[in-house]
Amino acid sequence: MAAPIGQPRVRLPAQVRAGEIIEIRTLISHVMETGQRRDQAGAVIPRDIIRRFEAKFEGETVFAMDLAPAISANPYIAFPFKAERPGRFEFTWTNDAGESRSATQDLRLA
Amino acid sequence: MIPRTNTTRRGVLALAAAGAAISLLPVPATAQLSAGAQAAVDRVRNNRTAQEGRITLRAPPIAENGNTVPIAVSVESPMTAADHVARIHVFADKNPTPDVATFHLTPACGRAQLDTRIRLGQTQDLIVLAEMSDGSLFMTRAEVKVTIGGCGG
Amino acid sequence: MRKVAVVGFGIAALMAAVALAQVAPPPPQRAIPDPVSGRQFATPETLAIQDDDFLNPAFLWVEEGEEAWNRVEGTAGQSCASCHNDARETMRGVRARMPAYHPRLQRVVTLEQQVNICRTERMGAPALPIDSRPLNAITTYIALQSRGMPVNVDISGPARPFFDAGERFYNTRRGQLDMRCGSCHEDNYGRYLRADLLSQGMSNGFPTYRLKEQRVISLQFRLQGCVNDVRGEAPPMGGEEFTNLEFYLAWRAQGLPVESPSVRR
Repeated sequence: MAAPIGQPRVRLPAQVRAGEIIEIRTLISHVMETGQRRDQAGAVIPRDIIRRFEAKFEGETVFAMDLAPAISANPYIAFPFKAERPGRFEFTWTNDAGESRSATQDLRLA
Repeated sequence: MIPRTNTTRRGVLALAAAGAAISLLPVPATAQLSAGAQAAVDRVRNNRTAQEGRITLRAPPIAENGNTVPIAVSVESPMTAADHVARIHVFADKNPTPDVATFHLTPACGRAQLDTRIRLGQTQDLIVLAEMSDGSLFMTRAEVKVTIGGCGG
Repeated sequence: MRKVAVVGFGIAALMAAVALAQVAPPPPQRAIPDPVSGRQFATPETLAIQDDDFLNPAFLWVEEGEEAWNRVEGTAGQSCASCHNDARETMRGVRARMPAYHPRLQRVVTLEQQVNICRTERMGAPALPIDSRPLNAITTYIALQSRGMPVNVDISGPARPFFDAGERFYNTRRGQLDMRCGSCHEDNYGRYLRADLLSQGMSNGFPTYRLKEQRVISLQFRLQGCVNDVRGEAPPMGGEEFTNLEFYLAWRAQGLPVESPSVRR
Protein backbone atom coordinates (compact mmCIF):
# COMPACT_ATOMS: atom_id res chain seq x y z
CA MET A 1 0.00 0.00 0.00
CA ALA A 2 1.36 3.38 -0.93
CA ALA A 3 2.27 5.93 1.72
CA PRO A 4 -0.58 8.34 2.38
CA ILE A 5 -0.59 11.63 0.51
CA GLY A 6 -1.28 13.97 3.35
CA GLN A 7 -3.17 17.19 3.61
CA PRO A 8 -1.93 19.80 1.13
CA ARG A 9 -1.47 23.44 2.09
CA VAL A 10 -1.65 26.18 -0.49
CA ARG A 11 -0.98 29.86 0.04
CA LEU A 12 -2.13 32.51 -2.39
CA PRO A 13 -1.66 36.13 -1.41
CA ALA A 14 -4.82 37.99 -0.43
CA GLN A 15 -4.89 41.39 -2.12
CA VAL A 16 -3.85 40.74 -5.70
CA ARG A 17 -3.94 43.42 -8.39
CA ALA A 18 -4.54 42.54 -12.02
CA GLY A 19 -1.23 42.07 -13.79
CA GLU A 20 0.68 41.40 -10.59
CA ILE A 21 3.04 38.42 -10.48
CA ILE A 22 2.33 36.56 -7.27
CA GLU A 23 4.10 33.70 -5.55
CA ILE A 24 2.07 30.56 -4.98
CA ARG A 25 3.40 28.37 -2.22
CA THR A 26 2.47 24.78 -1.61
CA LEU A 27 3.37 22.21 1.01
CA ILE A 28 2.15 18.67 1.27
CA SER A 29 2.69 15.99 3.85
CA HIS A 30 4.46 13.01 2.29
CA VAL A 31 7.33 10.80 3.39
CA MET A 32 9.02 10.76 -0.06
CA GLU A 33 10.59 7.35 0.49
CA THR A 34 13.69 7.32 -1.67
CA GLY A 35 14.14 3.62 -2.22
CA GLN A 36 17.66 3.90 -0.79
CA ARG A 37 16.85 3.12 2.81
CA ARG A 38 16.88 -0.27 4.44
CA ASP A 39 14.69 -1.54 7.24
CA GLN A 40 15.82 -3.27 10.44
CA ALA A 41 16.05 -6.61 8.66
CA GLY A 42 18.24 -5.14 5.91
CA ALA A 43 15.62 -5.22 3.18
CA VAL A 44 15.32 -2.18 0.93
CA ILE A 45 12.32 0.00 1.68
CA PRO A 46 10.76 0.48 -1.73
CA ARG A 47 10.60 3.88 -3.36
CA ASP A 48 7.31 5.68 -2.80
CA ILE A 49 7.26 9.31 -3.75
CA ILE A 50 5.06 12.03 -5.11
CA ARG A 51 6.34 12.11 -8.66
CA ARG A 52 4.27 14.90 -10.20
CA PHE A 53 2.80 18.21 -9.15
CA GLU A 54 0.49 20.13 -11.42
CA ALA A 55 -1.06 23.55 -11.09
CA LYS A 56 -4.02 24.32 -13.32
CA PHE A 57 -5.73 27.66 -13.61
CA GLU A 58 -9.22 27.56 -15.04
CA GLY A 59 -8.51 24.09 -16.37
CA GLU A 60 -5.19 24.88 -18.07
CA THR A 61 -1.84 23.69 -16.74
CA VAL A 62 0.26 26.72 -15.86
CA PHE A 63 3.06 25.03 -13.92
CA ALA A 64 4.14 21.46 -13.35
CA MET A 65 6.98 19.66 -11.66
CA ASP A 66 8.35 16.15 -12.04
CA LEU A 67 9.75 15.15 -8.66
CA ALA A 68 12.54 12.65 -8.05
CA PRO A 69 13.44 10.97 -4.73
CA ALA A 70 15.91 13.83 -4.22
CA ILE A 71 13.03 16.11 -3.28
CA SER A 72 12.77 16.38 0.51
CA ALA A 73 9.97 14.84 2.51
CA ASN A 74 6.93 17.08 2.92
CA PRO A 75 7.61 18.65 -0.48
CA TYR A 76 7.63 22.41 -0.63
CA ILE A 77 7.04 23.90 -4.08
CA ALA A 78 6.71 27.61 -4.77
CA PHE A 79 6.27 29.15 -8.19
CA PRO A 80 5.16 32.47 -9.71
CA PHE A 81 1.91 33.27 -11.48
CA LYS A 82 0.83 36.33 -13.37
CA ALA A 83 -2.63 37.21 -12.11
CA GLU A 84 -4.58 38.58 -15.06
CA ARG A 85 -8.09 37.55 -14.19
CA PRO A 86 -9.86 35.92 -11.27
CA GLY A 87 -10.43 32.19 -11.41
CA ARG A 88 -10.00 28.81 -9.82
CA PHE A 89 -6.75 27.01 -9.22
CA GLU A 90 -6.52 23.27 -8.98
CA PHE A 91 -3.34 21.73 -7.59
CA THR A 92 -2.74 18.01 -7.93
CA TRP A 93 -0.08 15.80 -6.41
CA THR A 94 0.35 12.30 -7.89
CA ASN A 95 2.42 9.47 -6.41
CA ASP A 96 4.28 6.54 -7.94
CA ALA A 97 1.17 4.38 -7.68
CA GLY A 98 -0.81 6.86 -9.74
CA GLU A 99 -2.93 7.97 -6.79
CA SER A 100 -3.51 11.67 -6.53
CA ARG A 101 -4.78 14.31 -4.18
CA SER A 102 -6.01 17.75 -5.17
CA ALA A 103 -6.66 21.09 -3.60
CA THR A 104 -8.55 23.97 -5.12
CA GLN A 105 -8.29 27.62 -4.33
CA ASP A 106 -9.87 30.67 -5.86
CA LEU A 107 -7.84 33.63 -7.00
CA ARG A 108 -9.63 36.88 -6.33
CA LEU A 109 -8.45 40.18 -7.68
CA ALA A 110 -8.54 43.30 -5.56
CA MET B 1 23.38 36.06 23.36
CA ILE B 2 26.23 35.13 21.08
CA PRO B 3 27.78 31.68 21.01
CA ARG B 4 31.19 31.52 22.54
CA THR B 5 33.50 31.22 19.57
CA ASN B 6 34.23 34.20 17.34
CA THR B 7 33.98 32.50 14.00
CA THR B 8 30.45 31.18 14.12
CA ARG B 9 28.68 29.86 11.09
CA ARG B 10 26.20 32.66 11.50
CA GLY B 11 29.01 35.16 11.55
CA VAL B 12 30.51 33.83 8.35
CA LEU B 13 27.18 33.74 6.59
CA ALA B 14 26.30 37.21 7.80
CA LEU B 15 29.27 38.42 5.81
CA ALA B 16 27.91 36.75 2.73
CA ALA B 17 24.36 38.05 2.73
CA ALA B 18 21.74 39.22 5.14
CA GLY B 19 18.92 36.76 5.53
CA ALA B 20 18.47 33.77 3.30
CA ALA B 21 20.52 31.81 0.83
CA ILE B 22 23.27 33.34 -1.23
CA SER B 23 23.75 33.06 -4.97
CA LEU B 24 26.38 30.43 -5.58
CA LEU B 25 29.39 31.14 -7.73
CA PRO B 26 29.28 28.96 -10.81
CA VAL B 27 31.79 26.17 -11.12
CA PRO B 28 33.79 25.97 -14.36
CA ALA B 29 31.85 23.90 -16.83
CA THR B 30 34.94 21.93 -17.77
CA ALA B 31 35.21 20.10 -14.44
CA GLN B 32 34.11 16.53 -14.94
CA LEU B 33 30.69 15.36 -13.86
CA SER B 34 29.89 11.88 -12.62
CA ALA B 35 28.91 9.45 -15.34
CA GLY B 36 25.29 9.46 -14.25
CA ALA B 37 25.03 13.23 -14.10
CA GLN B 38 26.80 13.63 -17.44
CA ALA B 39 24.42 11.17 -19.08
CA ALA B 40 21.44 13.03 -17.63
CA VAL B 41 22.78 16.37 -18.85
CA ASP B 42 23.51 14.93 -22.29
CA ARG B 43 19.97 13.60 -22.54
CA VAL B 44 18.59 17.07 -21.93
CA ARG B 45 21.16 18.73 -24.19
CA ASN B 46 20.31 16.40 -27.06
CA ASN B 47 23.35 17.62 -29.00
CA ARG B 48 22.60 21.28 -28.34
CA THR B 49 25.25 23.61 -26.95
CA ALA B 50 24.50 24.79 -23.44
CA GLN B 51 25.25 28.49 -23.03
CA GLU B 52 26.34 30.15 -19.80
CA GLY B 53 24.39 32.84 -18.04
CA ARG B 54 20.80 33.79 -17.33
CA ILE B 55 20.36 31.23 -14.55
CA THR B 56 20.69 32.18 -10.89
CA LEU B 57 20.84 29.33 -8.40
CA ARG B 58 20.39 30.18 -4.76
CA ALA B 59 21.22 27.62 -2.08
CA PRO B 60 22.96 27.64 1.28
CA PRO B 61 26.72 27.39 0.79
CA ILE B 62 26.75 24.91 3.65
CA ALA B 63 23.63 22.82 4.13
CA GLU B 64 22.81 22.40 7.79
CA ASN B 65 21.32 19.02 6.98
CA GLY B 66 21.50 17.26 3.64
CA ASN B 67 17.93 16.03 4.00
CA THR B 68 16.36 19.42 3.52
CA VAL B 69 18.33 21.90 1.43
CA PRO B 70 16.28 24.88 0.27
CA ILE B 71 17.06 25.94 -3.30
CA ALA B 72 15.74 28.70 -5.51
CA VAL B 73 16.24 28.93 -9.26
CA SER B 74 15.48 31.95 -11.41
CA VAL B 75 16.10 32.45 -15.12
CA GLU B 76 16.13 35.77 -16.94
CA SER B 77 13.31 35.65 -19.47
CA PRO B 78 10.41 37.86 -20.58
CA MET B 79 8.15 34.81 -20.24
CA THR B 80 6.05 35.79 -23.25
CA ALA B 81 4.41 33.31 -25.57
CA ALA B 82 7.19 33.93 -28.07
CA ASP B 83 10.07 33.84 -25.61
CA HIS B 84 9.85 31.94 -22.37
CA VAL B 85 11.53 29.25 -20.31
CA ALA B 86 9.86 25.95 -21.14
CA ARG B 87 11.64 23.62 -18.74
CA ILE B 88 14.16 23.80 -15.94
CA HIS B 89 16.09 20.65 -15.02
CA VAL B 90 17.99 20.21 -11.79
CA PHE B 91 20.57 17.46 -11.33
CA ALA B 92 22.80 16.52 -8.43
CA ASP B 93 26.23 15.29 -9.42
CA LYS B 94 26.89 12.81 -6.61
CA ASN B 95 23.49 11.67 -5.40
CA PRO B 96 22.62 7.98 -5.86
CA THR B 97 20.64 9.09 -8.92
CA PRO B 98 21.25 12.47 -10.53
CA ASP B 99 17.65 13.54 -11.17
CA VAL B 100 16.32 16.08 -8.73
CA ALA B 101 13.40 17.66 -10.57
CA THR B 102 12.11 18.96 -13.86
CA PHE B 103 9.97 22.06 -13.82
CA HIS B 104 7.55 22.87 -16.63
CA LEU B 105 6.79 26.57 -16.95
CA THR B 106 4.39 28.53 -19.11
CA PRO B 107 4.06 32.23 -19.94
CA ALA B 108 1.27 32.32 -17.33
CA CYS B 109 4.02 32.14 -14.72
CA GLY B 110 5.06 35.67 -15.53
CA ARG B 111 8.56 34.97 -14.23
CA ALA B 112 10.88 31.99 -14.43
CA GLN B 113 11.45 31.24 -10.79
CA LEU B 114 10.93 28.39 -8.40
CA ASP B 115 11.67 27.32 -4.84
CA THR B 116 11.83 23.86 -3.41
CA ARG B 117 13.72 21.73 -0.89
CA ILE B 118 16.00 18.92 -1.96
CA ARG B 119 18.09 16.10 -0.55
CA LEU B 120 21.81 16.02 -1.07
CA GLY B 121 23.75 12.99 0.08
CA GLN B 122 27.12 14.71 0.19
CA THR B 123 28.96 17.84 -0.87
CA GLN B 124 28.44 18.08 -4.62
CA ASP B 125 27.57 20.21 -7.59
CA LEU B 126 24.05 21.09 -8.53
CA ILE B 127 23.54 21.40 -12.27
CA VAL B 128 20.68 23.48 -13.64
CA LEU B 129 19.64 23.47 -17.30
CA ALA B 130 17.05 25.84 -18.71
CA GLU B 131 15.37 25.03 -22.01
CA MET B 132 13.90 28.02 -23.82
CA SER B 133 10.83 28.05 -26.04
CA ASP B 134 13.07 28.64 -29.06
CA GLY B 135 15.09 25.52 -28.29
CA SER B 136 18.12 27.31 -26.91
CA LEU B 137 19.71 25.94 -23.77
CA PHE B 138 21.41 27.50 -20.76
CA MET B 139 23.30 25.78 -18.00
CA THR B 140 24.89 26.55 -14.66
CA ARG B 141 26.55 24.56 -11.99
CA ALA B 142 27.47 25.29 -8.38
CA GLU B 143 28.70 23.46 -5.33
CA VAL B 144 26.70 22.97 -2.15
CA LYS B 145 28.61 21.74 0.85
CA VAL B 146 26.84 19.08 2.87
CA THR B 147 28.39 18.30 6.20
CA ILE B 148 28.33 15.27 8.38
CA GLY B 149 27.08 16.41 11.72
CA GLY B 150 28.86 15.54 14.89
CA CYS B 151 25.79 14.42 16.76
CA GLY B 152 25.07 11.29 14.79
CA GLY B 153 24.81 13.18 11.50
CA MET C 1 33.36 26.73 81.24
CA ARG C 2 33.88 28.63 77.99
CA LYS C 3 34.77 25.47 76.12
CA VAL C 4 31.42 23.91 77.01
CA ALA C 5 29.60 27.07 75.94
CA VAL C 6 31.42 27.09 72.60
CA VAL C 7 30.60 23.44 72.01
CA GLY C 8 27.00 24.10 73.05
CA PHE C 9 26.78 27.01 70.63
CA GLY C 10 28.32 24.85 67.94
CA ILE C 11 25.76 22.11 68.43
CA ALA C 12 22.92 24.61 68.46
CA ALA C 13 24.17 26.15 65.22
CA LEU C 14 24.43 22.74 63.64
CA MET C 15 20.94 21.85 64.70
CA ALA C 16 19.63 25.13 63.34
CA ALA C 17 21.34 24.49 60.03
CA VAL C 18 19.88 21.02 59.85
CA ALA C 19 16.46 22.36 60.69
CA LEU C 20 16.74 24.97 57.94
CA ALA C 21 17.86 22.35 55.48
CA GLN C 22 14.80 20.29 56.19
CA VAL C 23 12.50 23.26 55.69
CA ALA C 24 13.55 23.88 52.07
CA PRO C 25 16.48 22.69 49.98
CA PRO C 26 18.65 25.48 48.66
CA PRO C 27 17.52 26.81 45.26
CA PRO C 28 19.72 25.25 42.61
CA GLN C 29 22.04 27.45 40.57
CA ARG C 30 22.02 27.10 36.81
CA ALA C 31 25.34 26.43 35.12
CA ILE C 32 24.12 28.74 32.35
CA PRO C 33 22.29 31.57 34.14
CA ASP C 34 21.32 33.40 30.92
CA PRO C 35 20.45 30.62 28.49
CA VAL C 36 20.30 31.04 24.77
CA SER C 37 17.81 29.23 22.55
CA GLY C 38 18.90 26.68 19.98
CA ARG C 39 17.81 29.08 17.26
CA GLN C 40 20.94 31.13 17.90
CA PHE C 41 22.96 28.16 16.75
CA ALA C 42 20.98 27.48 13.58
CA THR C 43 21.74 28.71 10.07
CA PRO C 44 19.71 31.53 8.53
CA GLU C 45 18.16 29.07 6.06
CA THR C 46 16.86 26.87 8.85
CA LEU C 47 15.51 29.86 10.73
CA ALA C 48 13.79 31.08 7.57
CA ILE C 49 11.86 27.82 7.51
CA GLN C 50 11.00 28.06 11.20
CA ASP C 51 9.92 31.67 11.18
CA ASP C 52 7.29 31.21 8.50
CA ASP C 53 4.23 29.27 9.61
CA PHE C 54 3.59 28.20 6.05
CA LEU C 55 7.11 27.06 5.25
CA ASN C 56 7.46 25.28 8.60
CA PRO C 57 6.51 21.63 7.93
CA ALA C 58 5.65 21.21 11.62
CA PHE C 59 2.40 22.99 10.87
CA LEU C 60 1.28 19.89 9.03
CA TRP C 61 1.42 18.25 12.45
CA VAL C 62 -0.35 21.22 14.01
CA GLU C 63 -3.22 20.75 11.58
CA GLU C 64 -3.40 17.05 12.33
CA GLY C 65 -3.28 17.83 16.03
CA GLU C 66 -6.14 20.28 15.72
CA GLU C 67 -8.23 17.66 13.93
CA ALA C 68 -7.41 15.10 16.63
CA TRP C 69 -8.30 17.61 19.31
CA ASN C 70 -11.80 17.91 17.92
CA ARG C 71 -12.29 14.24 17.07
CA VAL C 72 -14.38 12.02 19.34
CA GLU C 73 -12.42 8.96 20.36
CA GLY C 74 -12.82 6.21 22.93
CA THR C 75 -15.61 4.60 24.87
CA ALA C 76 -16.67 7.78 26.64
CA GLY C 77 -17.66 9.41 23.35
CA GLN C 78 -15.58 12.49 24.06
CA SER C 79 -12.96 14.53 22.26
CA CYS C 80 -10.30 16.71 23.88
CA ALA C 81 -12.56 19.63 23.02
CA SER C 82 -15.45 18.12 25.00
CA CYS C 83 -13.69 19.08 28.23
CA HIS C 84 -11.11 21.59 27.09
CA ASN C 85 -13.13 23.51 24.50
CA ASP C 86 -11.00 25.79 22.36
CA ALA C 87 -7.34 24.89 22.82
CA ARG C 88 -6.29 28.36 21.78
CA GLU C 89 -7.71 29.58 25.08
CA THR C 90 -7.55 26.63 27.43
CA MET C 91 -4.15 25.31 26.45
CA ARG C 92 -2.49 28.70 26.56
CA GLY C 93 0.55 28.42 28.81
CA VAL C 94 0.25 24.67 29.36
CA ARG C 95 3.36 23.60 27.48
CA ALA C 96 5.28 26.45 29.10
CA ARG C 97 4.85 24.85 32.52
CA MET C 98 5.33 21.22 31.57
CA PRO C 99 6.60 18.85 32.86
CA ALA C 100 4.69 19.36 36.09
CA TYR C 101 4.04 17.52 39.33
CA HIS C 102 0.79 15.54 39.21
CA PRO C 103 -0.67 15.60 42.75
CA ARG C 104 -2.76 12.44 42.41
CA LEU C 105 -0.12 10.34 40.70
CA GLN C 106 2.55 11.86 42.95
CA ARG C 107 5.11 12.15 40.25
CA VAL C 108 6.17 14.56 37.53
CA VAL C 109 4.46 14.03 34.18
CA THR C 110 5.31 15.31 30.71
CA LEU C 111 2.80 16.79 28.28
CA GLU C 112 2.80 13.51 26.33
CA GLN C 113 2.02 11.55 29.47
CA GLN C 114 -0.74 13.96 30.46
CA VAL C 115 -2.38 13.59 27.06
CA ASN C 116 -2.38 9.83 27.54
CA ILE C 117 -3.68 10.18 31.09
CA CYS C 118 -6.62 12.15 29.74
CA ARG C 119 -7.17 9.66 26.93
CA THR C 120 -7.08 6.52 29.06
CA GLU C 121 -8.79 7.83 32.19
CA ARG C 122 -11.35 10.22 30.78
CA MET C 123 -11.91 9.33 27.15
CA GLY C 124 -11.64 5.56 27.37
CA ALA C 125 -9.29 5.81 24.45
CA PRO C 126 -6.03 3.87 24.10
CA ALA C 127 -2.78 5.59 25.00
CA LEU C 128 -0.84 6.81 21.98
CA PRO C 129 2.70 5.42 21.68
CA ILE C 130 5.39 7.87 22.74
CA ASP C 131 6.85 9.80 19.81
CA SER C 132 4.20 8.43 17.46
CA ARG C 133 2.83 10.76 14.83
CA PRO C 134 -0.64 11.09 16.35
CA LEU C 135 0.78 11.91 19.78
CA ASN C 136 3.34 14.35 18.37
CA ALA C 137 0.56 16.02 16.40
CA ILE C 138 -1.49 16.65 19.54
CA THR C 139 1.47 17.84 21.63
CA THR C 140 2.68 20.11 18.82
CA TYR C 141 -0.79 21.63 18.56
CA ILE C 142 -0.90 22.16 22.31
CA ALA C 143 2.67 23.46 22.42
CA LEU C 144 1.89 26.04 19.76
CA GLN C 145 -0.60 27.63 22.16
CA SER C 146 2.32 28.55 24.43
CA ARG C 147 4.52 29.96 21.68
CA GLY C 148 6.31 33.06 22.84
CA MET C 149 5.53 32.49 26.52
CA PRO C 150 8.44 31.97 28.89
CA VAL C 151 9.24 28.47 30.05
CA ASN C 152 8.14 28.37 33.68
CA VAL C 153 8.23 25.00 35.43
CA ASP C 154 7.74 24.58 39.16
CA ILE C 155 10.45 22.47 40.75
CA SER C 156 9.51 23.27 44.34
CA GLY C 157 7.98 21.09 47.02
CA PRO C 158 7.07 17.54 46.01
CA ALA C 159 8.49 18.09 42.53
CA ARG C 160 11.98 18.68 43.84
CA PRO C 161 13.15 15.05 44.16
CA PHE C 162 12.27 14.44 40.50
CA PHE C 163 14.20 17.55 39.52
CA ASP C 164 17.16 16.30 41.55
CA ALA C 165 17.01 12.92 39.82
CA GLY C 166 16.99 14.66 36.46
CA GLU C 167 19.94 16.81 37.45
CA ARG C 168 21.86 13.72 38.52
CA PHE C 169 21.16 12.07 35.18
CA TYR C 170 22.32 15.19 33.35
CA ASN C 171 25.61 15.23 35.22
CA THR C 172 26.36 11.51 35.10
CA ARG C 173 28.97 10.46 32.58
CA ARG C 174 27.74 7.64 30.41
CA GLY C 175 28.41 5.63 27.33
CA GLN C 176 31.55 4.43 25.66
CA LEU C 177 32.54 8.07 25.15
CA ASP C 178 32.05 8.64 28.88
CA MET C 179 30.39 12.01 28.52
CA ARG C 180 27.70 13.81 30.47
CA CYS C 181 25.09 16.01 28.79
CA GLY C 182 27.03 19.03 29.96
CA SER C 183 30.20 17.83 28.24
CA CYS C 184 28.74 19.17 25.02
CA HIS C 185 25.99 21.52 26.09
CA GLU C 186 27.69 23.32 28.97
CA ASP C 187 31.40 22.90 28.41
CA ASN C 188 31.46 23.23 24.64
CA TYR C 189 28.46 25.11 23.31
CA GLY C 190 29.43 27.45 20.50
CA ARG C 191 32.15 25.06 19.38
CA TYR C 192 32.02 22.67 16.48
CA LEU C 193 31.66 18.95 16.84
CA ARG C 194 32.71 17.96 13.33
CA ALA C 195 30.39 20.27 11.40
CA ASP C 196 27.69 20.59 14.05
CA LEU C 197 27.64 23.84 15.97
CA LEU C 198 26.87 22.74 19.53
CA SER C 199 23.97 24.48 21.20
CA GLN C 200 23.27 24.83 24.90
CA GLY C 201 20.77 21.99 24.60
CA MET C 202 17.77 24.09 25.57
CA SER C 203 14.45 22.32 25.16
CA ASN C 204 12.24 25.36 24.61
CA GLY C 205 11.81 24.52 20.92
CA PHE C 206 10.42 21.04 21.35
CA PRO C 207 8.46 19.41 19.80
CA THR C 208 10.57 20.32 16.82
CA TYR C 209 10.69 19.52 13.12
CA ARG C 210 14.05 17.86 12.79
CA LEU C 211 15.52 18.24 9.31
CA LYS C 212 17.50 15.06 9.78
CA GLU C 213 14.41 12.99 10.58
CA GLN C 214 12.14 15.02 8.28
CA ARG C 215 9.38 14.88 10.85
CA VAL C 216 8.33 16.40 14.13
CA ILE C 217 10.13 14.70 16.99
CA SER C 218 9.50 14.77 20.71
CA LEU C 219 12.23 15.84 23.12
CA GLN C 220 12.68 12.33 24.45
CA PHE C 221 13.34 11.02 20.96
CA ARG C 222 16.25 13.45 20.76
CA LEU C 223 17.41 12.48 24.25
CA GLN C 224 17.62 8.88 23.10
CA GLY C 225 19.68 10.09 20.17
CA CYS C 226 22.03 11.99 22.48
CA VAL C 227 22.66 8.93 24.64
CA ASN C 228 23.19 6.82 21.53
CA ASP C 229 25.62 9.42 20.23
CA VAL C 230 27.89 8.93 23.23
CA ARG C 231 27.53 5.20 22.58
CA GLY C 232 25.49 4.60 25.66
CA GLU C 233 22.35 2.57 26.18
CA ALA C 234 19.42 4.89 26.04
CA PRO C 235 16.66 4.43 28.60
CA PRO C 236 13.17 4.06 27.12
CA MET C 237 11.20 7.09 26.01
CA GLY C 238 8.36 7.82 28.39
CA GLY C 239 10.19 6.17 31.26
CA GLU C 240 11.13 7.61 34.63
CA GLU C 241 14.70 8.61 33.81
CA PHE C 242 13.87 10.62 30.71
CA THR C 243 10.82 12.14 32.34
CA ASN C 244 12.95 13.43 35.19
CA LEU C 245 15.61 14.58 32.75
CA GLU C 246 13.02 16.42 30.69
CA PHE C 247 11.88 18.14 33.88
CA TYR C 248 15.43 19.19 34.68
CA LEU C 249 15.97 20.40 31.11
CA ALA C 250 12.85 22.53 31.27
CA TRP C 251 14.20 24.25 34.37
CA ARG C 252 17.51 24.80 32.56
CA ALA C 253 15.57 26.64 29.89
CA GLN C 254 13.48 28.61 32.40
CA GLY C 255 12.68 32.03 31.04
CA LEU C 256 13.34 31.23 27.39
CA PRO C 257 10.32 31.75 25.16
CA VAL C 258 8.57 28.60 24.02
CA GLU C 259 9.49 28.23 20.36
CA SER C 260 7.53 25.13 19.48
CA PRO C 261 7.15 24.15 16.81
CA SER C 262 10.70 25.03 15.93
CA VAL C 263 12.88 23.69 13.12
CA ARG C 264 16.21 22.21 14.05
CA ARG C 265 18.79 20.34 12.04
